[in-house]
Amino acid sequence: MKDIIRVSVVILAVSAILIFINAKLANTGGASGKNSITVFNWGEYLDPALLKQFEEETGIKVIYETFDSNEAMMTKIEQGGTTYDIAVPSEYAIEKMKESDLLIPIDKAKLPNLKNIDPYFLDLAFDPENKFSIPYFWGTLGIAYNPELLDGQTFESWEDLWDPSLEQEVVLVDSAREVIGMGLNALGYSLNSTNISELEEAADKLRTLQPNIKAIIGDEITQLMVNGEAAVALTWSGQAADMMWDNEDIDYAVPEEGSNLWFDNMVIPRTAKNIDGAHAFINFMLDAEIAAQNADYVGYSTPNLAALDFMDPEVIQDERYYPDEEARNHLEVYKNLGLEMLGTYNELFLGLKMDLQ
Amino acid sequence: MNAKPTRFLSFVPYAAWIVLFVIAPIALITYYSFFDLAGNFTLENYRNFFTSIYFKLIVNSFWYAFLITFFSLLFAYPTAYFLTKTKHKQLWLLLIIIPSWINLLLKTYAFIGLFGLYGPINAFLEMAGIGQHQLLFTDFSFVFVAVYIFIPFMILPIFNSLDKLNPALIDAAQDLGANAWTTFSRVTLPLTMNGVKSGIQVVFIPALSLFMITRLIAGNKVITLGTAIEQQFLVAQNWGMGSTIAVFLILFMFIIMLFTSGSEKGAAGSGKIK
Amino acid sequence: MGKLSKLPKLYLAFVFIILYTPIFYLLYYSFNSGGTMSGFESFTFEHYAAVFEDTRLIMILINTIVVALLSALVSTAIGVLGAVTITFIRKKALRNAILSMNNILIVSPDVIIGASFLILFTLVGVKLGFASVLISHIAFSIPIVVIMVLPKLQEMSPSLIDAAIDLGASRRDVLTRVIIPFIKPGIFAGFFLALTYSLDDFAVTFFVTGNGFSTLSVEIYSMARAGVTLTINALSGLIFIVTLLLVFGYYAINRKSKNPFSGVRK
Repeated sequence: MKDIIRVSVVILAVSAILIFINAKLANTGGASGKNSITVFNWGEYLDPALLKQFEEETGIKVIYETFDSNEAMMTKIEQGGTTYDIAVPSEYAIEKMKESDLLIPIDKAKLPNLKNIDPYFLDLAFDPENKFSIPYFWGTLGIAYNPELLDGQTFESWEDLWDPSLEQEVVLVDSAREVIGMGLNALGYSLNSTNISELEEAADKLRTLQPNIKAIIGDEITQLMVNGEAAVALTWSGQAADMMWDNEDIDYAVPEEGSNLWFDNMVIPRTAKNIDGAHAFINFMLDAEIAAQNADYVGYSTPNLAALDFMDPEVIQDERYYPDEEARNHLEVYKNLGLEMLGTYNELFLGLKMDLQ
Repeated sequence: MNAKPTRFLSFVPYAAWIVLFVIAPIALITYYSFFDLAGNFTLENYRNFFTSIYFKLIVNSFWYAFLITFFSLLFAYPTAYFLTKTKHKQLWLLLIIIPSWINLLLKTYAFIGLFGLYGPINAFLEMAGIGQHQLLFTDFSFVFVAVYIFIPFMILPIFNSLDKLNPALIDAAQDLGANAWTTFSRVTLPLTMNGVKSGIQVVFIPALSLFMITRLIAGNKVITLGTAIEQQFLVAQNWGMGSTIAVFLILFMFIIMLFTSGSEKGAAGSGKIK
Repeated sequence: MGKLSKLPKLYLAFVFIILYTPIFYLLYYSFNSGGTMSGFESFTFEHYAAVFEDTRLIMILINTIVVALLSALVSTAIGVLGAVTITFIRKKALRNAILSMNNILIVSPDVIIGASFLILFTLVGVKLGFASVLISHIAFSIPIVVIMVLPKLQEMSPSLIDAAIDLGASRRDVLTRVIIPFIKPGIFAGFFLALTYSLDDFAVTFFVTGNGFSTLSVEIYSMARAGVTLTINALSGLIFIVTLLLVFGYYAINRKSKNPFSGVRK
């Protein structure tokens, strides 16, 4: 009994000391706690040096929290109990959040730097006139591949994935909209299709891809491609950029039939407490030099036209990261199809995965 | 012992926990399971559950949970047994637990690297003349990593029950002419059954709802009920269907508990106050 | 007790090698200047330097440790008292019912626990942050403690308690002088596995946290999309080494006095 009490006392003492240290650390964080904003973002999706710079310039302290999926983030904002002043959802999530009344309209008068954004990325269907969201990063969905492992084979069409030589070589991303969308695109349908017979046709088409499928996984695709473990992957341009950064052999292509164009935008959730601070933050991130530095750090494509002047010309001329307007016109942005339809996509996808075994 | 009301005073926090964090969430989940996406009352989720897809998921989940538990036990029992015989057994036991304190996602990434085509294991196989093999995204790697995750949970209770074992009993058995195997199967094993049962519970039950490594290590070639729930909650946002699957998972657990408790009475050394 | 012969030693060595291989793999790449967990380029300490520069990361680490220690401590206390009472319940049906309830949180996938706790906390009006995370971790660790303690309690012979009572021991004495010393190995097992549960949890913490409070797991999982940095490897390496040092240090100091695990044998 004695040693149990002793261990308990030690634990309590250690915890007390640690809590004290943390309180000290929190106070040394520059700006005082009074004026603060909470930013809710994907992990490693913002250069931490910029947060410090923002705190120094504005005196607003930034509390930075992270999430790993749009859906989990929405659940948290919907349930409340938290005060997020900024969140960075993808476009379909923004549509959903608008519908559920989870967003606060953005006051553009407070965003003089909005002029830096390429007009191409403004006023899109998921958020007309950008009432609720400001572009942060964007990209495409396509095929990342390693020609070294494939005798120089290249990919121009989705159909190329069905090539018999790719047996057990293709890795797909574990996401229903992306995979079913690829099936739809391969057949020439829209990736926002709500036509059941088209969807089933796409699922049947994908079933014939099975011999080639090595695995259906998530973000670990990056590691596998970099290692040379997988030769072909269905993935997003941002991740492809990460792969190419670490393995120069890897290439990325957006198939000619068309594919998905995606956006992550900054929004102000309903739970926000410091709306002025949130606007200040958005405006800060829209600054050309800041956006350039952030894009350098994260490695995704920035929608900030003025920022391109501050970036490595080699990167911005690279069609794989920054496809020109003509290439972009082949692409489609996801629409929010409603939960019912999303359920159908998921059922089809689950069925596909079950057959994989 | 006489039944004074104060006797249950120490039980209050535990009882409060059951009410607040077990019964309340279960009530919530059961409630949700009767609603469809539009928020209407429905039995549709339950009807959906009895389709072939979910039947296959159940069979899958149970099969893999069984495999994982079986191999955990197979490797854990000798480990625990030998550990009790080492000199600094407490230290060694702690060293078994420490790896489980390093983040699981990181360790999984390490396994992806280790099992990779160009990873050290394949390099070794190559050297040994066996040649390169696809290890990742197979049933083998899935079960291996799951056993890796769960094995400390199996070793600990078995170690504790073995460690307490009265060596006199084993000496007595040997004096009576029992060989090593008989001593083990007639004396040691029955006396450690409680520990084994605990181990099985803490491995089998959570193994039913494994999800993360089904994707990372098995590449979705293994799909369990856990994967399906995860997806219903986080991707399809169909909390009704997700809850329905969870209700069944809990029912299955109750059934397992019912079966495993049946033999409890006969187990040696179960000292309950009569 | 007899000494170990060669074969068992080999077997244990094999088990330990497997248990530690992934960790050494992570450690190895924490020194990689290449920036990823493949293709070792050259040796560097830069990722370790990055850990110490990142105040936010250090604060998150401290949060993680505090939550793990406190939740393991409290859940062990509640779980042990619960388990003791459970063994005193005479009706087998009732006992089984409580045990089944006990296991519900173990079988429920984390997302469900997380989502339902979140709803619970927002209903009651608990501010999301340190308190809600700590309470949740205590809640999901209790069942593992109960399961670890129960076999020890079942092994205890009733005559031990009867004897104590005959000798005039109070209920309190029976608990602190007879029962708890006997089940001590179970208590420590429960405590350590509760630590494991707490340190590993991602989904529940994610849902019930807020207001800037975060733990290492939440941080690591949300990095997956843009890539987990080697800073995290370095941090894990540091945690691992410090833990080992603490364990060996504690063991060296305590060896002469008493073993933390050993029961009433002496």
